Amino acid sequence: MQFWIIQSLNSLALGGLLFLLASGFSLIFGLMRIANLTHGAFFMLGAYFGASALRSYPWLNFWIAAIGSGLAVAAMGGVLERLVLRRLSEKPLGQVLVTLGISFIISDACLVVWGGDPIPVSTPALMRAPTFLFGFAFPTYRLVLVGLAVVAAVALYALLDWTRLGAMIRAGVDDMQMTRAVGIRISRLFTAVFCLGAGIAGMGGVLGGPILSAYPGLDADMLPLALIVVILGGVGSLVGAFIGSFLIGFIYTFGSALFPDLAYVILFLPMIIVIAFRPQGLFGRRPA
Amino acid sequence: MKRIAFLSVLVAGLFALLPVFAGDFYINLGSQIMIAAVFALSFNLLVGYAGLTSLGQAAFLGLAAYLSAWLTTRAGLGHGSAALLSILGTILVAAGFGLIALRASGLGFLMITLALSQVLWGLAYRWVSVTNGDNGMTRLSRPQPLGISIDSAASFYWFALIVTLVSFILIAIFVRSAFGDSVTGTRDQSRRMSALGYNVWMIRWITFIYAGFWGGIAGLLYVYYNKYIHPTSLSITTSAEGILGVIAGGSGTLVGPIIGAALVTFLKNYVSSYLERWNMLLGFVFLIIVVVMPDGIVPGLHRLQAMWRARK
Repeated sequence: MQFWIIQSLNSLALGGLLFLLASGFSLIFGLMRIANLTHGAFFMLGAYFGASALRSYPWLNFWIAAIGSGLAVAAMGGVLERLVLRRLSEKPLGQVLVTLGISFIISDACLVVWGGDPIPVSTPALMRAPTFLFGFAFPTYRLVLVGLAVVAAVALYALLDWTRLGAMIRAGVDDMQMTRAVGIRISRLFTAVFCLGAGIAGMGGVLGGPILSAYPGLDADMLPLALIVVILGGVGSLVGAFIGSFLIGFIYTFGSALFPDLAYVILFLPMIIVIAFRPQGLFGRRPA
Repeated sequence: MKRIAFLSVLVAGLFALLPVFAGDFYINLGSQIMIAAVFALSFNLLVGYAGLTSLGQAAFLGLAAYLSAWLTTRAGLGHGSAALLSILGTILVAAGFGLIALRASGLGFLMITLALSQVLWGLAYRWVSVTNGDNGMTRLSRPQPLGISIDSAASFYWFALIVTLVSFILIAIFVRSAFGDSVTGTRDQSRRMSALGYNVWMIRWITFIYAGFWGGIAGLLYVYYNKYIHPTSLSITTSAEGILGVIAGGSGTLVGPIIGAALVTFLKNYVSSYLERWNMLLGFVFLIIVVVMPDGIVPGLHRLQAMWRARK
């Protein structure tokens, strides 16, 4: 029984991290039609920023480190969007390849700067003791992580549904030409959304730190999972990213625990089923 | 078509002279270029001619290589039947992957092919009992086609040259055939093609499988050359090197991918002997080529030629 409960909690925690990664990817894809393959590298970069900041300044608050790393990665995302992707608008293939190239550069640069050994991120002091619920011991931090993902989802939903910025983003996703014609600066909107997506991924990297730590190859481990989440959930759909993340979180965690050799193939199955019946994904409105 | 075949045999004949005056380092570099060229040619069928940008072609290279390695060592088969079965298996997987990936088009297709190839990569890493995981499968042997040993650098180079020549000619025949025209038709005007009664989906699927087949041939050459196989052969870096060759040389041209693949392989070997930062350089080359020279070298040269003619 303990096994199932703990693995379920692990699934939820992984699902939460995946949501932080996939929601940004999905937002960027939905608005800008860019498959941003740098997203995994943003996640890893955030993890490294947080890990090295916490290692150098042990008095630093974990949450401040997470927010700071998120902001730093968001700034890098903004630079990438302004300086490179902007030049390739109307060329989706070129954009994808450039984001792929930049992800190679970032991951190699991380290897140069931080070396090949994983850098652990310690769990915030307050959450090291397990929480006892219904007679079972739960790692507190994972519970908090799940809560954070839900908060992030609600915040993003509120941003998109209730604010002026959100209304502009939704308008841009639906009909970019008309949005531009009514006087909304799509160009600024693009930068804002790209920064937002990159920032959430970067923050996710730090928040995932106590579980995953920062290591070379973290990007290559996370990006496929995010891709599968987005393919499952449907691109541009926040609800799809949310449900897809927890679905993949469960499948991957239980797959790894029960059939360690074949965990990756098990990921494959939901993808095939969804693509066979709904090529646009569970909550996607138009084909990718 | 006859002209192309004649010219390519002639050029291959010239290249066959390389081992006469070059040392083993350059002969091996030549073999690596051949392998990369076959891989880029297979990639070009999808990216250039069918207009289907995949990032998962490494799946077929790695799969055929792993199958051949596993069949010759663990299953104890001879090289001939192992090669046949590996290619057959690769074709089957390509057919399956095509069924899934071709449900989408454009960026969706790209993401699905990438995810599928990453699934195979993860499998190669994790399924240690079969693939030996991160250690890779070592101590593999090279086949002896027609009883001739290809263990020396020069003999392998000639073997790879012949395979490359045959691949090039067969791919050229495919592309120049009526079916090849319908493939480029689905790339440029898929709606009109289906209005004319062509089965666009079927044309794409067949092209996908054909490309998978040649990816598998490249994989066999790869594993014969290295006598070793590691999960990186399935990784996105391998796909990226392939597509970089296609784009650098000129996608949708016959010779472009070979030139591009030669360039990438040369760069990789040259740089690796000085510093370890190949991935970073690969990223920068990507950036530069996509931003500055999006059409590639061969169309660039054609443009120059046209400009020169117009001036006269």
